[in-house]
This record gives sequence, structure tokens and C-alpha cells, in this order.
Amino acid sequence: MSVSPAPDPMLPEPLRIARAKRETHGVFTFELDVSARGGFPFLPGQFNMLYPFGAGESAISISGDPHRPDRLEHTIRAVGTVTRALERLGRGDVVGVRGPFGSAWPVREAEGSDFVVIAGGIGLAPLRPVVYHALRHREAFGRVALLYGTRTPDDILYRKEIERWRSRLDVEVEVTVDTAGSDWRGNTGVVTKLISRAAFDPGRAFAMICGPEIMMRFCARELERLGVSLDRIWITMERNMRCGTGLCGHCQFGPSFVCKDGPVYRYDRVLDLLLVREV
Amino acid sequence: METESLARSIAQHPLVAGMSDEHVDFLSGCVRNVRLEEGQFLFREGQRADELYLIRSGKIALEIQDGARGTIVIETVGGGDALGWSTLFPPYRWGLDARGIHLAHLFAIDGTCLHAKLEADHSFGYAFTRRLLNEVHSRLQRARLQALDVYRARP
Repeated sequence: MSVSPAPDPMLPEPLRIARAKRETHGVFTFELDVSARGGFPFLPGQFNMLYPFGAGESAISISGDPHRPDRLEHTIRAVGTVTRALERLGRGDVVGVRGPFGSAWPVREAEGSDFVVIAGGIGLAPLRPVVYHALRHREAFGRVALLYGTRTPDDILYRKEIERWRSRLDVEVEVTVDTAGSDWRGNTGVVTKLISRAAFDPGRAFAMICGPEIMMRFCARELERLGVSLDRIWITMERNMRCGTGLCGHCQFGPSFVCKDGPVYRYDRVLDLLLVREV
Repeated sequence: METESLARSIAQHPLVAGMSDEHVDFLSGCVRNVRLEEGQFLFREGQRADELYLIRSGKIALEIQDGARGTIVIETVGGGDALGWSTLFPPYRWGLDARGIHLAHLFAIDGTCLHAKLEADHSFGYAFTRRLLNEVHSRLQRARLQALDVYRARP
């Protein structure tokens, strides 16, 4: 199954911001109005190129529910010129959108397995569609665990939604922060610690990880230590993506282009490349 | 708790699981049960470290005080974790505070007793130290990742 971009993938489509929500300091979510085009189908893990006019484009993962194509959501961290320009926009403003681009998380392939979703920082946004899918098709999976690590309690994304997920009895949701003050009653420590505590069978587990590259490597190593096969671990790569179609070469990653062949990769297929400097 | 049932309980802790019955029995002579209430300190920085703890349940914050920043939680530990290596190495003083976040139950292993048994039976000493080394390795990996501060925003 695939979802391809519009007929001319290089032409941004103007879409109006229907809703803008502040998530944490420097992180916000846009819901774009796609009613006029009859929705915006996408697969979990795919991304769009967002264009605040005059400021350039940035690749942003779609963070909404893949079963709700009527709602196109992106969660964005303002860290560069383009994302800061996006941060200045609000409800009613228009952004250019190209996409959806890239490979998807293999959620169907994970069915029948214990399913471990590991997110770090803003990496929860690209995995949120996976969580929506897993919860909607809960019966298709064995045990399901969402393990989320972020920097401080103030940086926890989708806080209310996480509480809702946590209130379900059929999914394990654990959150940890790297550092906290004494008023924090949750877990403190890195996300890898949650992995060995989570209830899943390493021999039948399927894992998806998204976060900073180093964090993903540490997590994959911990999963491997516990006995999870490397060909059942998937990650997302982040590179400087420009065209979104694999033509310009900006996001070349060894023999592949992250925008076209990624951003979702099977871990054992990219492990060697991850360890090569300056790739 | 009688020594025999205490030994059976200790044997279920991940740090001890898989050790021979003989070694577990040997260790259990150094062990007492501890209950740590929410908000109660198990130990404070600078105090003499004389017990190693195997946490059975609950949650404990390892904290350090900073004049400017106040209390900083370095890590939380809970059921299945081991705590208190300062007991094994000079100067035998705690380097952190340990405070109960949720009611916790622990096995406390007396440091002097443990030292004596590690020296008296090198087979036990190897088995126990190897397990502790595995814990230290995991803790080191986590400390490295934590020190990298990977979630800090970078343009």
C-alpha cells in the first residue's frame, strides 16, 4: 500500500491553518484545512514539505491520525529559519504543502507481534500515527508498549493524550525525563531504562524507534541485548531534505535518498551506514 | 521473615536471580527488609554508606542538591534495581540523596557482612560481583546517554 504525492510533487499546494496549538516551549502543532481537497491520505511515517511563503521549505512528519485523512496535522519544533517562520503563523494563515513523501512505518508487518514503540523528544510526533494505528487495531498486536523519553517534564508532548493512552488497560505507556526537579513524581532517567522494564517478549517483539540518532542507536543496542532481532527494529532517519523525490541528492544517505527510500528504515539495513562518519 | 523464606524472596530479585541456592542462602544472612515511605530519605549525601539495596517495589529518586538550581533528580530507581555501590568502595560515603517517591520495599544488604562474605567465598564473590558489574555497565551506558543531552534543540 502506498500513498503518493499530488500529480506535480514539486508544486506546493496552499492550505490554510485551521487550528494552531502550542504543545511545549518552542513546539507547536498545526492542523491544516484539507476539506476542499477531500482529505489528505497518508501513511504513518510519511512527511510533507511545508513552505511558509518566502522563508523556504522544511520536511515535517505528519503527526495526525492516518485513519482521519480529514485532519492533517504536523507537530513542529522551531529551531531554524523555516520552522521559526512557521511558528509565527497562526489560524487562518496559509502554508504551501508538498507531499506526502517517503516510506512508512511497517505497521502491518508488526501485527501479531509484541509491539514496542520508543520515542525520544520531538520523535514522538512521527510515531504518533503509529500509536493511533496500534490503538485502533489493538487486537491485531500482542502486548503494546509506548516508551517515551524527553528532556524535562516541561518538554512532554501531547500530555493529555498520553494520559488517555495510559488510562487504557491494554497498552503500557511509560514516560521518563532526562532530568527533573524534586516536584516531578514520574520516572527520571534515559529512555533505554524503560526498555528492559517493559513487558514484552523479545523473541516475538517488533520495535519502532524515533528520536535523535544517538538515542536510537542506544535503544537498538538495548533491544538487541534483550534478544530482539535487528531485522525487527525500525528507525527513522533525518537528513536535509529538499526536493522530496530523490532527485536533488541533498538527503543522500549512502546508496539511498532519505526523502524517497526513507525516512523509515529497517535498522539492520542502515546500521553500517550509521557508523560511517559524515554520511 | 525467616531466613529460608527471605532467601526465596531475595532469589527473585533480578540481581540475584540465577545464583545458586547455596550462594543465595549465603547472602541472605546479611539481609534485612526495609520499608521506605514516600518522602522519606533512605540516605543523604555525605553519610556513611554501609548497606547495598535491592529494590523490590516502589520508586526512589536519586537526587543531588545544588545551591543555585535546588534539588536535581538524576535518576529514579524502582523494583528490580540495585542501589548503593558506595558501600563497596572507599571512602564508603553516599554521593547522592535517595528519597522515596512512592512507598518502596527493599532488601538491605549489610556492607560489612557482604564484604566479609565476598572475601570468604570467592566463588560467591565472583558470582555476585559479575552481576553487579552488569548493573554498573547498564548504569554507565545510561549515564553516557544522559550526559549527551540528545534532546536539546540544535538548529
